[in-house]
Amino acid sequence: MSAMFLLIGASLLVAAGFLFAFIKAVKSGQYEDDYTPSVRMLFDDTTDKSKEENSK
Amino acid sequence: MSIPVKPINDVGLKCYHCGDSGNPKSFVYADDHAFCCDGCKTVYELLKENDLCTYYNIEDRPGNKKAQEAASAGFLSLDDAEISNKIIRFTDGNRARVVFSTPGMHCSSCIWLLEHLNKLNHGVISSTVNFPRKEVTIDYLVGEIKLSELAGLMSAIGYPPAISLGDLELKKKKRASHSRVMKIGIAGFCFGNIMLMSFPDYFSIGDLELTPGLRHLFAWLNLVLALPVLLFSASEFFVSAYKTIRYKELNIDAPIALAITVTFLRSVYEISTDTGMGYLDSMSGIVFFMLIGRYFQDRTYENLSFERDYKSYFPIAVTVKTKDGEHSVPVSKLQPGDEMIIRTGELIPADCTLISERASLDYSFVTGEADPISKSQGEKIYAGARQMNGAIHARVEQATSQSYLTQLWNNDAFSRNKEEEHKTYIDSINRWFSLAVILTSLTAGVVWYFIDATVALNAATAVLIVACPCTLLLASTFTHASILKWLGKSGLYLKNANTIDRVGSATAIVFDKTGTITAAHEAEVVYEGSILLEEDEAAIGALAAQSGHPLSRRLSEYYNEAREQVVVEQISEVVGKGLVGYVGGKQYVLGSAQFTGGEAGASKGANVWVSKNGKVLGRFIFHNKFRSSLGDVVNELKGNYHLELLSGDHDAEREMLTAVFGNEMKFNCTPDDKLEYIKQLQHQGKKVIMMGDGLNDAGALQKAEAGIAVSDGVNNYFPACDAVLDAKAFERLPRLLRFTKQSRKIVIASFVISVLYNFVGIYFSVTGQMSPLIAAILMPASSFSVIIVTTLSAGILAKRLKISQN
Repeated sequence: MSAMFLLIGASLLVAAGFLFAFIKAVKSGQYEDDYTPSVRMLFDDTTDKSKEENSK
Repeated sequence: MSIPVKPINDVGLKCYHCGDSGNPKSFVYADDHAFCCDGCKTVYELLKENDLCTYYNIEDRPGNKKAQEAASAGFLSLDDAEISNKIIRFTDGNRARVVFSTPGMHCSSCIWLLEHLNKLNHGVISSTVNFPRKEVTIDYLVGEIKLSELAGLMSAIGYPPAISLGDLELKKKKRASHSRVMKIGIAGFCFGNIMLMSFPDYFSIGDLELTPGLRHLFAWLNLVLALPVLLFSASEFFVSAYKTIRYKELNIDAPIALAITVTFLRSVYEISTDTGMGYLDSMSGIVFFMLIGRYFQDRTYENLSFERDYKSYFPIAVTVKTKDGEHSVPVSKLQPGDEMIIRTGELIPADCTLISERASLDYSFVTGEADPISKSQGEKIYAGARQMNGAIHARVEQATSQSYLTQLWNNDAFSRNKEEEHKTYIDSINRWFSLAVILTSLTAGVVWYFIDATVALNAATAVLIVACPCTLLLASTFTHASILKWLGKSGLYLKNANTIDRVGSATAIVFDKTGTITAAHEAEVVYEGSILLEEDEAAIGALAAQSGHPLSRRLSEYYNEAREQVVVEQISEVVGKGLVGYVGGKQYVLGSAQFTGGEAGASKGANVWVSKNGKVLGRFIFHNKFRSSLGDVVNELKGNYHLELLSGDHDAEREMLTAVFGNEMKFNCTPDDKLEYIKQLQHQGKKVIMMGDGLNDAGALQKAEAGIAVSDGVNNYFPACDAVLDAKAFERLPRLLRFTKQSRKIVIASFVISVLYNFVGIYFSVTGQMSPLIAAILMPASSFSVIIVTTLSAGILAKRLKISQN
């Protein structure tokens, strides 16, 4: 039965990890704008033939 | 790189950049592409120079013509330290971050272009678009590019940032949606885990009995998990309940806060005495669902600002002439005695006297009066007018905050909070409901006390837990959320859910004229007088095209085709009077009756007289063009509403409007008159919707139960109001109003459903049989069915009333 306690502890740890990730995501502003990123990902940079110095 | 070559032909010629099909003759060409104006061509060249022509592959003709028309020169004031400090969000001396609101963006190409600003100017480090809010966040190097240059660059590519005093002050407000997401996330997390750990207990019947150790652990873990829900996620219910109780009122959050508290306390009691697992799953569940409901309800239209006051309309700075040159001074710092220089198209920010000889002022913004007024030296000019012809000098008489126009904002209509004043039917239903629940709970407790005292507390608290008005709240929030969504889809944007009821319960509608029932910037032109030759028409059109006066512009549009390739010579314009020019050796004069020698006095509406070689030919009469659907809309509304028309304009169109509105019309109203008139109607017991569009309606919009601003572009400025109606949706107004009215039925229907659930729940609790399992099934079941019923029925109602475009 003590395995149960261990497992519960482990599962809670995993859950806490996700909660932490979620809090970080909210704080970083991921939920501020739920439209633009969906458009942004469709742009491609095929035309960047000029010498790039961009540090992205 | 390959640029698609499109054949150029005059039929269906469209600008490569913005897709406008204007006058083909005025098109300019570059690289086998046609452009309607130099502006579009410039953007194209700018893009091409920087290898950004994929812009044109993303969407067909993506440029926005309208945005380009805005002046790009007016940004110099941004370099003023005081102003730039207000705008810049963050700076370390080397790089800085600024957020510009760019109402011009409208498609994915806009996002693309705005996010590639760093290709256009190396001073820009990066730019990020928030499309729903129509904002661009730009990081730039302070040493490389000035703020004014940045704003200029954005204007040049067609997205002039909208910067106004009001926005500067609003900026500091932190957005709440972000903490709402956090609350939902945490409530959801805790709810899920509590559920998981409650499962064994639900089924702990017979053989599956848990070992006491695990049971304990689960119970205490649940308690720990419930704490953030109670303290963080549910905090807004407690805060709002506390606020209303302090004013001896009872809003819907009060009984919910009570239910949450009771549930929590009872669970703590059960867990600490080891008598049960408590109802923490139900508690966190309802908090979770209610927060989601609120989220959807409050997630309205982020890019629309319903709180604008006069400051939003004024420029942030104005050029002031002092002994040592011209300076840009923030409008709020203007002192009486300052000499302002106002250029063409600029708004006059303060009451002042004219120093220059003449000024031609367009007061349409303030009074609704379409015809420009001419003022001469020494005359007083009120704030809010737009200078039409050339730069003028004027001496400030009063600081902006005390001017005639802004006085309106000191009216107490602006300091009230409509939400608090108007109690909705939901509040009254809630009051009865709460009362009934508390009585039932007490009765159950008292009755059980005499039968079996140990069950008494259980039964009483169980009633409070299960019958909490959360489904009631869910019903209204989800109904309102979907109604707001449907209304928004069809062009009526409401400020918040409370507005639905105020719009729905109105009994009278007051219309403003200019811009509301007339289509802005469109007028019918009627000519009266001796017959015009073709060459005359061409000459008139060409001459009118030389002037920036709104009537001239309409006239030149009217003769758009005739005026091609006509050369006008020796043009001279007398501000506020008219203009003279020679075409093919013949002198043409356009202007007022006095100026051209026409018969003064016989004026109806706006007139432009025309004379040729000193001989009066006739006059053009400009009629406001009413929205084509006006007649139908008014007829449809007549049966259900008391209709009125209030206009700041002269009564030239009285006859025409009588046919539509009957005698309920008032002309020449000042902004104050309008406000007072709304007050009068309210004294007669009417609930008023005010429909207006301009600053001159601002007072009335505030005073009315619901102020609806009619706007040709919802992203443009509109005055403070409760709702914005897209002008395109004007014809659907009656249907939209009916929809808001009938939405009440949906809320009531979902109330009935939730009451039914409550009966079941109350039966179990009153009889003392309430178990965590039953609570765990009842709660989500009632919540889900209410959510589904409301969302579906709102959709069905919207379809049936055909409120959207198709």
